[in-house]
Formats: sequence, structure tokens, C-alpha cells
Amino acid sequence: MPGDDVRDEILAKIRAATGRPSGGPPPQPPKPLLTVPEVPLEERIEQFSAALEKLSGKAHVAESAEAARALVEELITGRSAIASNSPLLREYGITSLTGVFTGYTDAAELKEACASADVGITGADYALADTGSLVTLSAPGEARLISLLLPVHIALVPKQRLLTGLDELFTLLPDPAAQTSSMVIITGPSRTADIEQILVKGVHGPRMVHAILV
Amino acid sequence: MKPIPVESIQKTLSNDPLGEAIYASTGRLMAKRAAAIPDHLREDFEQWREQANRIKRHTLENLDYYLELLEERLRARGGRLVYARDEAEVARFITRLAKEKGVRLVVKSKSMTTEEIHLNEWLEKEGIETVETDLGEYIIQLAGERPSHIVAPALHKTRYEIADLFREKLAVEREEEPERQTLIARRVLREKFLSAGLGVTGANFVVAESGAIVVIENEGNARLCSSAPPVHIAVAGIEKLVPRAQDVAVFLKLLGRSATGQPLTVYTSFLSGPRRDGEIDGPQEFYLVLLDGGRTKILGEPSRRESLYCIRCGACLNHCPVYRKIGGHNYPWVYSGPIGAIITPQFHGMEKDWWLPFASSLCGACGEVCPVKIDIPRLLLELRVEAVREKIRSGEARLEHLAFRLWAWVMTHPRAYEAAGLFNLVLRDDETGWKGQVPGPFRTGPLKEWLRFRNLPAPPAKKFRDLWAARQQREALKE
Amino acid sequence: MAGRVSLFVTCIVDQLFPRVGLAMADVLERVGWEVDFPRAQTCCGQPAFNSGYWDEARPVARHFLKVFAGAEYVVVPSGSCTSMITHHFEQLFAGDRAALSEVEALRPRVWEFSRFLLEVAGVEDVGARFEKVVTYHDSCHALRELRIKEGPRRLLRHVRGLELREMDTAEECCGFGGTFSVKFADVSGAMAATKIDSILRTGAEAVVSIDSSCLMQIRGALERRGAAVETRHLAEVLAAQ
Repeated sequence: MPGDDVRDEILAKIRAATGRPSGGPPPQPPKPLLTVPEVPLEERIEQFSAALEKLSGKAHVAESAEAARALVEELITGRSAIASNSPLLREYGITSLTGVFTGYTDAAELKEACASADVGITGADYALADTGSLVTLSAPGEARLISLLLPVHIALVPKQRLLTGLDELFTLLPDPAAQTSSMVIITGPSRTADIEQILVKGVHGPRMVHAILV
Repeated sequence: MKPIPVESIQKTLSNDPLGEAIYASTGRLMAKRAAAIPDHLREDFEQWREQANRIKRHTLENLDYYLELLEERLRARGGRLVYARDEAEVARFITRLAKEKGVRLVVKSKSMTTEEIHLNEWLEKEGIETVETDLGEYIIQLAGERPSHIVAPALHKTRYEIADLFREKLAVEREEEPERQTLIARRVLREKFLSAGLGVTGANFVVAESGAIVVIENEGNARLCSSAPPVHIAVAGIEKLVPRAQDVAVFLKLLGRSATGQPLTVYTSFLSGPRRDGEIDGPQEFYLVLLDGGRTKILGEPSRRESLYCIRCGACLNHCPVYRKIGGHNYPWVYSGPIGAIITPQFHGMEKDWWLPFASSLCGACGEVCPVKIDIPRLLLELRVEAVREKIRSGEARLEHLAFRLWAWVMTHPRAYEAAGLFNLVLRDDETGWKGQVPGPFRTGPLKEWLRFRNLPAPPAKKFRDLWAARQQREALKE
Repeated sequence: MAGRVSLFVTCIVDQLFPRVGLAMADVLERVGWEVDFPRAQTCCGQPAFNSGYWDEARPVARHFLKVFAGAEYVVVPSGSCTSMITHHFEQLFAGDRAALSEVEALRPRVWEFSRFLLEVAGVEDVGARFEKVVTYHDSCHALRELRIKEGPRRLLRHVRGLELREMDTAEECCGFGGTFSVKFADVSGAMAATKIDSILRTGAEAVVSIDSSCLMQIRGALERRGAAVETRHLAEVLAAQ
């Protein structure tokens, strides 16, 4: 196979450099350092809201699916939205709201639809309390680009999926690659300070993120 | 061996607004980092550093194993691993693939490794348009300049310069507000993302067991580069590997805080291979190109190996009092600051870059903040020894070597040391006060350099041991 | 409790700032310690070590080990010289088991002056009086290698009449760095300028440090600026009455 000789050469150099002439399995790596604290849900919700708000995003708590639907309706009044095919969104009745377009299964069509819409609505697999983050795994029901292309992103996530932080996420998902080609941890709106260190939001990704805990 | 680039350094130091910008920006980044490590996190942070250091050490000591594991896992996910010995091989692979697929436009997100290899130049030679999509990188690409900082490439540019630049290169109306300038860039680049045939990114970490890469960013351009075009190529140095997905957590906690004071950057993408069956979007093909480019050489020196632990956070740059004065452009390579000072001569040899390890007052701030605990101060000292050996070998350190040999002789012969009052003869004036003047013939070499910015102390009429002897006599008389 | 200390005054104090050495001796005697001065002492070897001339630094370091082999305590008015001995001798003598064991034997007995006062002599108030507004410069080796930060400040707070004002760049390098100050004079001068600006902003009448090399850099730059701010080694402040 082309390139095999380059690989062999580099691996041979590495083995010589590290004194492992015959390769073989290494000693055990250091144990992962993951700490999962006990934090009651109410406190997690508070942490999450504070953290996301500090980043100029907004956290909402909906007591029911109906409340969540009403909230989304309010947030998208007068605007057009692209919703992912997440079963959660259908369950909450989001996909039947006026102005919401959904059901895209072709990447090209999806990109074109996103070009003229105002809001992207997705589910989220998890949320992280200490950083105010959303965790989205790409799936047949969840495209990558909806949370990225539109200027406003609304994500709905069941309360029980609100984890304490990164460590808990990687404890539950020791290998995200086993589930998906793309896991993205979204922590607030897109931002840059590349011009004179002045903070500007919505560079390439959304300028506003709404997280609805249901 | 090349001389120190004094003129270039002087130019930066005498350019007030630029100097101000560098010093102020790095100061802000220092403050942000400090704020992200409050007292109650101090102990945890130290543990994370220890763990990160341990993981890097283990991974590099067994790099061949993890590379083979990576290849196996990546292939299982539908991706392909490509090895490259040097910059030419990376560039050739990417260019060849782009041509094969009829790619006319490539969108790129920030990657130190692709800068290391001047990828854009290679692609443009083949008539393939390459667009940097990180806002700061986009700006300096338009301006035809080099980035001045690992994390903040356009640190040195003002909004007025950017206004002029956009008007000239993008044929838009002149706009001085950063927010509106950003929207202009967003509009222009969005079109590129959606029409490009290839997206090229770097990778902050490469996860062996998962066959995955981790890409972190704040803008969203790396996500677009890796998700919009049909083909995604990620480029990274072979040293970027970590064993498991679970190891990524500790690095993420260190990297954002160390770089910009963020517990997490806005987007953290964990990507393994092209889109899976049933997934709606994402690339259809994924390639990971791993570059040696001299890393195996450093790997082979156990006392130097930790130079490869670097996770490119930029903290050492921000805290370095020398970098804060001279900025990134005075370093000869894409890697600047303390980390640049230690890896540049290791990659390129001492001939041109021998002076880099000396461009430091050895204050130690870099080692103190390095999230993976690279002992940069120790490496600076060791590289100085190597540079001196080179200079002696090439006959360029005759005077200096003689001076130190003389010094060592005096310092090991106490009576000669006591007699060394020559200094006094030269500068003797009175016992108090500091001298601004040195007699003409002696105003040379180190003395001349000192006197350019400071006065010299006048040596005292009596040295310590004479005063001590007198003091002891007085004590004896009292008793 | 109190015993005998041997002074290692350091070559820069010996040659250029003898008052610092005398002040240190005065303070130590005042708090009840006997002081001696091994006359064969010269230098710790740091200038050559930092410049990459380790073959030349080694004999000088060996000489130091020999001169102080029998000392009960070695007290040093310098953070950088102390850390050269306690932190870098082992690099210099790597692979030389005999020298390394000499280093190991001597290392626990070598003390930077302010740390000796606080941790061995166990005193914070040395009965000093220095009626000035003072700002303190954290010299780099002391701060980062020896972790000396609060100690000198504690000692200064007990000095009668002294007002301590912190400058906003206390932990930033003054730009000396040995031969760096002349090899990269422009950068060194720029770093000094930043430090001077910061000092002047405090309105202090004197800058205090535990390293004479820093003080030489700072004083030289203050004088060039025409500023009337004094420089004092901590020992001189503590000796003042």
C-alpha cells in the first residue's frame, strides 16, 4: 500500500528513539483523573444558568413539555426556524409550531434552508452544569449544522441529562466515538476577540444560545 | 553562526503603539488566566498539571504503540491515517488529494502545524484558493503577514488598519467598528465554507483508543471546516496523541484556562472519521495526517523529550517578560516565546537559532504556568550549554571562552580574587554615588551595552573583606 | 538555641555592595547569632552556569563546597545565589556522585537571609527602624525557585516607621538576568523601564529587594531616569535603627 514505507520508517524511528525496538504493549497508562461530585439537581440548574448567562447565553427551565413548547413559540415569534429531526422535538410539539421547518435528511437541502432561516432548534444529549455547556451528538435525528449555521440556537434537553461537568460526561461516555462521528460541547455563543481584544459574538456560529431544561 | 537580530528587536521596542499592544494584550491574558484559577481551584489545578504531565510522558514513551492503535481504530471508523516525514510530504498529500477531487477552494481553520509547513503556499502554487477562516488568521492572510501570537494572531493590528485592509481587499465600504468588521468577515467566509470542496483543520489532541481528534475553538470556523465540505483533512504533529477519550477531560480543563482564562472554549469537537450511516451531514471522507518533521529527533533525547508535551496554550508567551516586549515577529519560527525558544534550535539546529535560549532573563515565569509542567527554564539552560559548545567548536567564542576561563581561575584562587581591584582603578571616584561615565577606552563591549540604559555603580573604596577585617578589630577592641 | 552562621556574602556584595554584607552580619548578631566570614570564599559559579559555560562553573562551585564544608549554617544575602547552590548545583554535577553527595550534605545548611531569620532564628521583629515609604521587588529566583514571597514582607511590616506599598508589577522580572542584561541590552532596558514606571507609580521613597543584582539594575535605571528613589537591600533596612 502506498505510504506504508513512510509509516514503517517513522514507527522505526520512534521505536529507536524510545528504546522500544520490538514494540509490544506498553505498561499501564496512568489512571484517568475524573472526579464526579454529588450535586443536587436544583443546584446544578442554578450553576448551569449562572454559567451560561455569564457567557451571554440564556437558560430556561420548563416544567413540562407544554411549557417548553410555549417558550419556544415565544422565542421564535415572527421568525423562521429549522428544527432537527430529534424525536424529542416532535415529542414536545416543537416541530408543529408555525414557522418551524423540519424533516431535512439531505445535507445540501439542509444547508440551503439554513441560509434563509433565523433560528436553529435542536435537542441536546447532555448539558454540563459547571460550564453552562450543551453536548450534542451527531445522529440520524440530529444534524451537525443546525446548531451552527443559524444566528440563534435553541436547544432542548431533559433535566435529568444535566450533568455536573466534563468529568461526569466522560464517565458516562468513556468513548464518544463508539456512538457518533461528532460530539460537540457547545459553551455559549460563538465569539472572538481577534480585533483589538474586543469581544464580538456570532462570528461564524450563533450569536445567541437558548438552553431549555425540560 | 548567525548574529542576534538586534535591529529587528530595536525596531519593535521603539514602535510605541505596537509595544503597547503586545504588552497590554498579554497582560490581559495573564489576568484572565489568574481569574480562571481561583483559590479554591488552586490545588485541583496542580493535580491536573501533574496528571497531564504523566499522561504525556507515558504516551510519548510508548508512542509507537498508540500510533498503531490509532490507525486501527480510525480505520474502523471509516477514516484514514496518513504519515508524513516532512512538510513536503504533508503538502504533497493534501495537494494531490485536492486535485484528484477537483477541489478549487479550501477552507482552513487555525493550525500551527499547517503554518509550520506553509501549506497555503503549496496549494496556491497549484491554483487552489485557500482561505483562512479564523478571524485573526483571515485578517493577516489578507494583509500578507505572519501571526504574532499562537492564540491571538492579529494581536498587533488596530481596527483602523483592519478597516483599510477590508476596504482594499474586499471592496466593501470602510468600517471601523469591530462588531461590523466581524459581520463583514462572517458574510464573506460563510459563502466560502458552503462552497469549498475541502476543509483542513488542525487537531488539539489525537485520541488513540477512539480513533478520534479533538478540536477546540471559539468562533465556529473549525466546526464549519470539518462539517460543511465533503472532505475533511486534519493535520497534527505525532506528539499530539493521548491514549483514551477519558484522558481528554484533564487536558480540556487545563487548556482553556491557561490560554484565555476560559474553563471551556465555546466549541469542543470530538470527531472520529467521516459521517456514519444515517447521519445527515458531515464529511464523507476523513483523513488524519500526522507529521514527524523532526519530532522523532527530539523524542530520542530523554532529557529534551518533554519539549514535545506542549499543548499550544500560549501561557508561556503571555507570562514571558521578554516576549511581552518583543512580540512574536522577532522569533524566527512560527513558534515563539519560551516554547519557541526551546524547540526552534532543537528542530533547526544551533547554526541560526543559537541565540534563542539566551533571549531570556531566566525569570522562570514560563515553567511556573506551563499546564503540562515542561521545565522550560531547565531546557533553556541545557540548550545554552549546547550553544556554547557549538560556538567554541566553530571558533566563534574565543574571547568569551577566554574571559570565563580567566574568571574561573580567579574565582578558584582566593588571593587573586582579593587582588582583583582593577575595576576600582577604572571607576574609582568616591564611595557614594553611581557612575554614569566610564573612561573612553573602557567604554566597550558589555560595559558599553550596560551604559546604554543604566548607570553603573561606583565600586566602593573598600571591599567587604577589608571592612569586615576593620569591624572584627573594633569588636576585638571592645572586648 | 542560637549558634553560629557563616556568611557567604556573594561576589557582587563583596566587590560592589559591601554594606549589605555588614548589615546582614549586624542583624544576625543582634538576634543572638555568632557570625564568621570564611575568607577563602569567592563566588557560587552562577555567571558561568547561566551563560552555558558549565565546565568553567564547576571548579568554582567545587571551591564553594570546599570552603563551606564545615559550616553549621551558610547565610546568603541573595535569592539567586542561594538557589544556584540549592537547586542548580545538582544539575551542574549530574553524574558526579562524589560531588553530588557533597552538595546533598551542604544543601540543607544553606539559607537565604530572610528565610534564615524567619525559619531558623525564628524572628520577625529585628528591632529595626526605617521611616520611609517602601515598595518591594520580588526577585525571580527567590520567588519562583525558593518560593520566597511573604517572608520579606512580614519582616518589613515589623520595621518601625516603615510603610509598605505594593507596586503593580512586583513579580515581573527587572530585566537583569546576568549576561542577558548586556547581550540583550535593549530588551533588558525596556524591562527595567517598565519596572521603574511601576515603582514611581507607588510614590515610594525606596525600593527593597533581597537580591543585589536586581537592585543594581533597578538603581542604574532609576538614576538614569533622574528619579530620587533609593534602593536598599532588605538587610540594610533591617539593620537600620
